[in-house]
Amino acid sequence: MNFETTIGLEVHVELKTKSKMFSPAPVTYGQEPNTETNVIDWGFPGVLPSINRGAYQLGIMVALALHADVTRETHFDRKNYFYPDNPKAYQITQSEKPLGTNGWVEIEVNGKKKKIGIAELHVEEDAGKNQHEDDGYSYVDLNRQGTPLVEIVSKPDITSPEEAYAYLETLRQIVQFTGASDVKMEEGSMRVDTNLSIRPIGQKHLGTKTEIKNLNSFVHVRDGLAFEEKRQQSVLLSGGEVRQETRRWDPDAKETILMRVKEGADDYRYFPEPDLPPVTVSQQWIDEVQASLPQPPAERREHYIQDWGIPAYDAGVLTQTKEMSDFFEATVAQGADAKQASNWLMGEVSGYLNAKHMELGQVALTPGHLAGMIKLIGDGTISSKMAKKVFKEIIQHDTDPDHWVREKGLIQLSDPAKLTPIITAVLDDNQQSIDDFKAGKDRAIGFLVGQIMKQTHGQANPKVVNQILMAEIKKR
Amino acid sequence: MISKDSVAHVAGLAKLQFSEADLEKYTDQLAEILDMVEQLEQVSTKDVPVTTQSIHLANVMRPDVAKPAEPVAELLKNVPTKKGTLIQVPAIIDKEDD
Repeated sequence: MNFETTIGLEVHVELKTKSKMFSPAPVTYGQEPNTETNVIDWGFPGVLPSINRGAYQLGIMVALALHADVTRETHFDRKNYFYPDNPKAYQITQSEKPLGTNGWVEIEVNGKKKKIGIAELHVEEDAGKNQHEDDGYSYVDLNRQGTPLVEIVSKPDITSPEEAYAYLETLRQIVQFTGASDVKMEEGSMRVDTNLSIRPIGQKHLGTKTEIKNLNSFVHVRDGLAFEEKRQQSVLLSGGEVRQETRRWDPDAKETILMRVKEGADDYRYFPEPDLPPVTVSQQWIDEVQASLPQPPAERREHYIQDWGIPAYDAGVLTQTKEMSDFFEATVAQGADAKQASNWLMGEVSGYLNAKHMELGQVALTPGHLAGMIKLIGDGTISSKMAKKVFKEIIQHDTDPDHWVREKGLIQLSDPAKLTPIITAVLDDNQQSIDDFKAGKDRAIGFLVGQIMKQTHGQANPKVVNQILMAEIKKR
Repeated sequence: MISKDSVAHVAGLAKLQFSEADLEKYTDQLAEILDMVEQLEQVSTKDVPVTTQSIHLANVMRPDVAKPAEPVAELLKNVPTKKGTLIQVPAIIDKEDD
């Protein structure tokens, strides 16, 4: 029997705000437990929430970047449940009228493009954090309570774990380029829950789905889904039934583990939030946000490939983050050759950042200085060997490369009128090497070049030296 | 007509437990309340939009500006048991922490 797979993904993204969704307490990371909260976060009696306009605006930004329709008249709802990290015993969210509906992203798997629909996205508040310890107690930190989130719910258009992976990577990039979130799985600012079901090909209704929670990398999502796909197939093939349940991916054992069986739908008793007035989103507000959106990564890649001749793979790497993409474009705008700029950014610059665990914004390098250095290489002023020294300087210090190479005397000697007398002098002193070369020992050339480099303190342009050297030897 | 099972279900969601006698009593009381609300069905609401609010306000929002947090020592005064600045609660079993 052959099966087809249906996958739906729910992605929570933390919005990058200064204050919380419904309280003015600061949004920070890594502070002492419960030191970044106020009475609204704790749900004290009589407190009144208020809507963070900045957070709502970031939600609109994400909606527009995902080609969704922004809901013009909306309100918040209460989702009721008891849990220690949720002191109000309800979460304020948007259930009935989500911020955005009917969006899409385009993914590419094995060279094939496909649109994945987004059913809806809504803003809500995050919960606090529980820590479980083996002393018989759990401990609650409410610093995260109230952090603004946007939840993005895909349509069940995803049909393989590979597509799920591509969808998440595409989504991450698009949201990252808007600047609405850091979207870092490893820091919890992007979190993914998955739903997967299978059915025999041709069957109309969807099979029973299982959910995987607490996935903390895209690779785990892909592997977890691939395992679940196979597990459900073997259940059905052996005559069993898939139960509706929540499972957890164990990356070490490489399997999903049952957390709990779901009996019926969760009963959250949603109702309109009485403490918050409704929200109307004006066309003007939508237009303003639309106008502020930076060019999305897919358009930029197209531009790099078509107009600048950048290979598709390289264009993909350069558009991993908006910072890298902006830096690349600014370097080209400062007059650097696009391919050279791309090579330096993907090579030396990325290598340096990875080794130092730093980001582009944290180093001294500027697009102008990188472009300046590339121009110095291009016009032969410095050799590629010297360029490494220049690079080390300009990535660590705010130094103008042109000025620096002149000051340090790193300028390459390319003038034949200056090089020729040095070369003929070296040849005069090394008749043996000339004889060796003429007798077929190519290595002798290396020795001669070495002598010339020594005479010029390594500043001779190797290409020019080679040309003159060969011409001079021929004459003898 | 609301059933005893429905009342028991709603009570369970609210983490409330009732004796069998109380459950009977509350089922009757709730049924009376629902009957009363049902009278509203007599009014035609065909052209009336759904109301989610009882006050005529919209778009009451604040700018994204952070104010200093409440001193944690003050907030912890309402916490019966704590460890450092963490709130201590009975062990949570069998629910994912996300």
